[in-house]
Amino acid sequence: MSRNGTSQARKSLLRQLADSKVLLLMCVPAIVFFVIFNYAPLPGAWIAFTNFNYRDGIFGSPFVGLRNFEFLIKSGQLWLLTRNTILYNLAFIILGNILQIAIAIMLNEIRSTFFKKISQAAMFLPFFISAVLVGVIAFNLLNYDTGAINALIRQTGGDPIKIYSTAGAWPLIIIMVHLWQSTGYGSIVYFAAIMGIDRSLYEAATVDGASAWQRIRYVTLPSLKPTFIILVLFSLGGIMHGNFGLFWNLVGNNASLFQTTDIIETSVYRMVLSQNNFTTSTAVGLYQSLFGFALVMTANWIVRRINKDYALF
Amino acid sequence: MTDRTASESNIIVEVEGVGMGPAKPRAIRLDRSDVVVQAISYVTITLFALFCLLPFVLILSASFSSEATIMKTGFGLLPKDFSLAAYEWIFKAPRQIIGSYIVTITMTVFGTAIGLFIIAMTGYALNRKDFPFRNHVSFFIYFTTLFSAGLAPTFLWIARDLGLRGSYFAVFLQLLMTPWLIILMKNFMRTVPYEIIESGKVDGAGDFRIFAQLCLPMMKPALATIGLFLALSYWNEWYLSSLYLGSTVEFKPLQYHLYNIINTANALRNSVAGSNVSITNLPSNTLKMASAIVAIGPILLLYPFIQKYFVSGITIGAVKG
Repeated sequence: MSRNGTSQARKSLLRQLADSKVLLLMCVPAIVFFVIFNYAPLPGAWIAFTNFNYRDGIFGSPFVGLRNFEFLIKSGQLWLLTRNTILYNLAFIILGNILQIAIAIMLNEIRSTFFKKISQAAMFLPFFISAVLVGVIAFNLLNYDTGAINALIRQTGGDPIKIYSTAGAWPLIIIMVHLWQSTGYGSIVYFAAIMGIDRSLYEAATVDGASAWQRIRYVTLPSLKPTFIILVLFSLGGIMHGNFGLFWNLVGNNASLFQTTDIIETSVYRMVLSQNNFTTSTAVGLYQSLFGFALVMTANWIVRRINKDYALF
Repeated sequence: MTDRTASESNIIVEVEGVGMGPAKPRAIRLDRSDVVVQAISYVTITLFALFCLLPFVLILSASFSSEATIMKTGFGLLPKDFSLAAYEWIFKAPRQIIGSYIVTITMTVFGTAIGLFIIAMTGYALNRKDFPFRNHVSFFIYFTTLFSAGLAPTFLWIARDLGLRGSYFAVFLQLLMTPWLIILMKNFMRTVPYEIIESGKVDGAGDFRIFAQLCLPMMKPALATIGLFLALSYWNEWYLSSLYLGSTVEFKPLQYHLYNIINTANALRNSVAGSNVSITNLPSNTLKMASAIVAIGPILLLYPFIQKYFVSGITIGAVKG
């Protein structure tokens, strides 16, 4: 009886495979891709626990336990990188969402379709350019000799600023550039959410004599709350992952700014590319991956409790 | 009915034409707060849109300026001493830039076509309710966004073990797809009514034929949106090039070429004239800006056509995966 059951189950698995072999084959290229580029390198994370050298390879190199992590913690580097990465992301998330909501609400107030289209086109444009071009723009604006900002300061008789060696100015600059590049793009989601609000709510509010402010305050904003919470929670899940292209093209190898600008990604990139330091960089990467994984799971768990439909898994 | 007209008349504010005598009162469905909110919206949106555009104007103006004036007075919003010198330098010895263009265009065209095909196929299969392994495959793909080996092990694996260091394939292959684009495609596929797939099955069409002949033609907006994202990631690629290509190839992908021009004086010189020109003779400031314009050019030209797909993509992508 039980034997019969298992053979039936096996048969049905085989039949399932046979029935869906075309669909399965259609997934094969993607599966192969992720195996090669994402799963195959995973065992390499073992480097974090070794004193890696090329000759002995990943698993032949001497095992050193947690020494790489100890070094990172004792030197204070891990703390600096974690602090910078998290603080920048917090600023991006908080300011970004506020600005995106504000822009979406104001766009919704605008009646002229032509104006709406033109202004949206302008606001999305920064999203389309490469991080390298962002670096070019920063150079144009900020460099000491010919930068547009210093040109303006000189014209008005002031003393030009050496921005590329003023570490304190960079959190502001990086946040501004990030908002410049991502606000238009991010506002689309909120704009779509506003378009989805039931029009009769607005009509009812108007009938009750609500002013435009009150309609925004009591209809639009509460309707955006779920979208806002979900987006913020998911961004919090990604708070350990920085926008490498932005930071690298703005700051690059400029060590005098690292105190306020170095994030996990930039530090790992430097270690790999210019110092050939694979042990410490793998340790930092593994720490980031594990910490980030825990954060995403937590964020998803909270989202699931709020609204199951929005949970990722 | 009467209720409605009564309340309507409440919200119709009669605005008298200013200084027009006893002109007819114009009926506008606005009260004062509407006017204030709209005024603020128009002004703020205008300012923010200008803020977004300004940097592009700065670069464009700088590229058309004379180097000597820039050295004296710095960059500004308008071209200073209008000059085409920077572009003349670029097009006098266009070998490098043309090479980079060919590399980038080839990668973009083939990468977008192949990537789009694989993504569409996978998205289609994962959306089929009668595909018993859809959840397994979905999770297998999604897991890669949750946990990764990190840069160093990935770099060692691809550069050393796969031997792709110095190969365009290291860049080309890695950009073919992302989990997010597959999820986005799967969401788009939901818009194809299941009856269509069912009818295909009844007619005896195989799964691949249903996909290729029935679904794909209905998926044009999705293909355009995801194709746009893929094309952008190929066009804007510089990061993987910096890791895997470095200086091993003669013609670097366009954005990485620009990256080198901006960051190293030698690359700037080699990009226009080879090593027989002294760096001090080059209009380096304006040349950097003109190179940036040349590198971004096609995006700006195609922008009006591609923008609308981008909006629909984000909107649908925001729906849960």
